[in-house]
Amino acid sequence: MNHILEIIGLVLLLIGGTFLFLGGLGILRMPDTYNRLQTGTKATTLGGMSVILGVGFLEPDWLIKTLVLVIFIALSNPISSHALARANYKRKNYPYLKGGKEYDKYREVYQKEEEEETA
Amino acid sequence: MVQIIIYISLGLMLTGIIFSTLRFVFGPTAADRTVALDTLTTISMAALVLLALVYKRYIYIDIALVYGVLGFIGVLVIARYLEGAL
Amino acid sequence: MEKTQTPSRTASFILAWLILFLTWLMFTSTFATQEVVTGLITSLLIALFTSRFFTCCNLSIFSPVKLLYLIEYLFVFLWALIVANLDVARRVISPKLPINPGIVKFKTKLTTDFSKMVLANSITLTPGTISVDIIDDTYYIHWIDVKSLDPEEAKKDIADKFERILLKIF
Repeated sequence: MNHILEIIGLVLLLIGGTFLFLGGLGILRMPDTYNRLQTGTKATTLGGMSVILGVGFLEPDWLIKTLVLVIFIALSNPISSHALARANYKRKNYPYLKGGKEYDKYREVYQKEEEEETA
Repeated sequence: MVQIIIYISLGLMLTGIIFSTLRFVFGPTAADRTVALDTLTTISMAALVLLALVYKRYIYIDIALVYGVLGFIGVLVIARYLEGAL
Repeated sequence: MEKTQTPSRTASFILAWLILFLTWLMFTSTFATQEVVTGLITSLLIALFTSRFFTCCNLSIFSPVKLLYLIEYLFVFLWALIVANLDVARRVISPKLPINPGIVKFKTKLTTDFSKMVLANSITLTPGTISVDIIDDTYYIHWIDVKSLDPEEAKKDIADKFERILLKIF
């Protein structure tokens, strides 16, 4: 039984390390802030969750405490990424668009305010 | 065997930390730096928990939790500031 | 924004006490008597002051049918999270960066604030999408690989599998 838990923990550690590495790589490679948020948030959420859960499997006494950390990561990471995305749009850093302006439906919310400012 | 896999995992995390530090240094806007900071926080939390296993120190897990909470609040405050609402 | 249903004060108080006490038990991870008693008293005091922030749901959340839907939601969400990460891995590794980003919008049928928050968080962690803003019942979603600008089709791709279950829970 202990042996199986250990193998599961080690596999989770490897998977988590790989995804954390990919998160860092994605943050470095992507062209604009929104795409960096995409890769950064998703990859580090699953990576961090599986590394921490892997430690919990390797040391079963700590399993409950590590579960607290896993739940905390799953709840907090999307909230901070959402706050950052909205703040970035409000600073008028518009996203990188390959297909032209009609790919940005959020623009219309701020268009009115901008027209009033220029008028 | 267990040792080797733990060290491989730590090495991968370290590479991720280096990449996001590069983005933190080069990031053209403040929001890019904050994204890098958020990523750094999560990777450091995972690394702290793994170090707790390496050194057999239970207290490191609590430190990781507090670090995560503080990092989360810090990112939220920076985001509010960037919005101009603070 | 008006709320269609606000749970009663007692319901939110009981929920707050339960959640805080469970959190305490998980933090201390022991059943020693003095720890449990301290936790009960502390969480009671905190719940007294903060229960007005726990407006998430009524006590009917504990009915077995809803609990089953909650478990189904958990599994759907975990599967979507794994698919999302494989998707991110593919995009990051491939040298040509196959992305076509854009911001799409769609309307939701959910009514309470809390369920909208849950849906937004789930969208952030599923393949290729992060939620940028929610204005009343309109979601603005940044999509890394836009397949359709039409609100209905975008919704079918992004949110339908979560919204179907959330409508039954909340």
